Amino acid sequence: MKSTQILIAGFGGQGILFAGKFLAYKGLVEEQQVSWLPSYGPEMRGGTANCSIILSDSPVGSPIITNPDVLVAMNLPSLMKYVDAVVPGGKIFIDSTLITEKVERKDVEVFYIPASAMAKDAGFTTLANMVLMGKLIKETSVVSFENNQQTFEKFIPAKKVNLIEQNCQALQAGYDF
Amino acid sequence: MAERVLMKGNEAIAEAAIRAGCRHYFGYPITPQTEIAAYMAKKMPKIGGVFLQAESEIASINMVYGAAAAGVRVMTSSSSPGISLKTEGLSYIAGSDVPAFVVNVQRGGPGLGGIQPSQSDYFQATKGGGHGDYRMIVLAPASVQEMASLTIKGFNLADKYLMTAMILADGTIGQMMEPISFEDAEIENYEKPWALTGTNCERKHNIVNSLYLQPDQLEIKNFERYERYKLVEQNETMWEEYMMEDAQYCVVAFGIAARVAKNAVVAARAEGIKVGLIRPITLWPFPTAPLAAAADKVDGFISVELNMGQMIEDIRLATQCKKPVGLCNRTGGMIPSPDQVLQSIRNAQKGVY
Repeated sequence: MKSTQILIAGFGGQGILFAGKFLAYKGLVEEQQVSWLPSYGPEMRGGTANCSIILSDSPVGSPIITNPDVLVAMNLPSLMKYVDAVVPGGKIFIDSTLITEKVERKDVEVFYIPASAMAKDAGFTTLANMVLMGKLIKETSVVSFENNQQTFEKFIPAKKVNLIEQNCQALQAGYDF
Repeated sequence: MAERVLMKGNEAIAEAAIRAGCRHYFGYPITPQTEIAAYMAKKMPKIGGVFLQAESEIASINMVYGAAAAGVRVMTSSSSPGISLKTEGLSYIAGSDVPAFVVNVQRGGPGLGGIQPSQSDYFQATKGGGHGDYRMIVLAPASVQEMASLTIKGFNLADKYLMTAMILADGTIGQMMEPISFEDAEIENYEKPWALTGTNCERKHNIVNSLYLQPDQLEIKNFERYERYKLVEQNETMWEEYMMEDAQYCVVAFGIAARVAKNAVVAARAEGIKVGLIRPITLWPFPTAPLAAAADKVDGFISVELNMGQMIEDIRLATQCKKPVGLCNRTGGMIPSPDQVLQSIRNAQKGVY
């Protein structure tokens, strides 16, 4: 049984839920079992947002993640809150433009990606989330890196399809980092 | 096979309701179920249906009462405090023997409480809530797929038994997305000769009413209604059993709590503890038979709930208190972790409930 628990956390507005949605739809397209659970509480209303995604080859039990295999942190409070919850041997992806602190734990693999700076330099300021997803896919292989375009088409509304190309470029930038 | 799509639990309810032939939605927004209303607002005008945001919960349930009396498939949805406001209408709907479909995506209570997931409306849903002798069929989905399938089931059961079917979900199942498919949608159609559809001067007036001033008449109505409820108990009780064949301990949980409990059962089995799970899918009628059977085999029960242990009373009744029933719970919007449930199972093994 293969199951990966992914927690993405940051501020509201950084595309936390969207990034999670992308992974969930990738899983769907690849016939994996999937659950996607957003935070919807007061935290989301102007504060921190997080999103739990489970990708598995067998039916997902609890959709609630206590100890993630993979953590994506897009702000310092989120990193502080969840860093110790990551399972030993887990992977942590950090937007190092926004978080300058280093992870002290030695039993996890940490990737520092200046995702916000990379996104800004490439002209898609708001897509640091997808830069991180590109790197996440490269390092975890939880989903393939193929058919990204088709995956976006599954959940991006028709009037926003023009944004798919930039999303793909952001993924690529992260994947190549 | 039907295509798998990713949907939020709330959206799955709305889509399933439309597929079940519901063209009348009356509601009032409240977290964490507003996606149902949003989905209906978007879809209903396109398919000739009615979406109406009423001025209050009380107004919306009475609109449901009216539409149900006219014989159409109709629904409302809300969350805990909003359902409290609707209970007067639910009692009138029960007293008038009309079919209605109601969704409660529970949040923490009592009072305004919070907006995080909860199961603390168990008593309200299964024991009445409103006044008078009445029951509602209470369906407790544990996945997004069940949010859809039990919605379709709920509309069918409401029409079949002329009563309210309620989905008792929680904020987690409402907000989460999982892949689902709609291939199993079986819509049952029932004649509604009692409906207020206009006589065309060709038949006598139908009357839908819950007022019976003659006590003997009201008593007959109540007896008749409970004959129907008996049929529901005989025919419509649903549950899932997981690893119960050789179980020495039995976890009982519904909805999101059952999802968490299942993880704990798997973990306990890995430690060599023989534990199983009974998951009520209908909370009323409550799955008495499998629990009574389990009571003759297991050493004890653990009820896992997002409330202060409301289901325990039904477990004790079903098992006639033959074995101890422990409680593993969180409340106020918190959810027990699989580890917490696992600890309760380990305690049960030591005889601590």
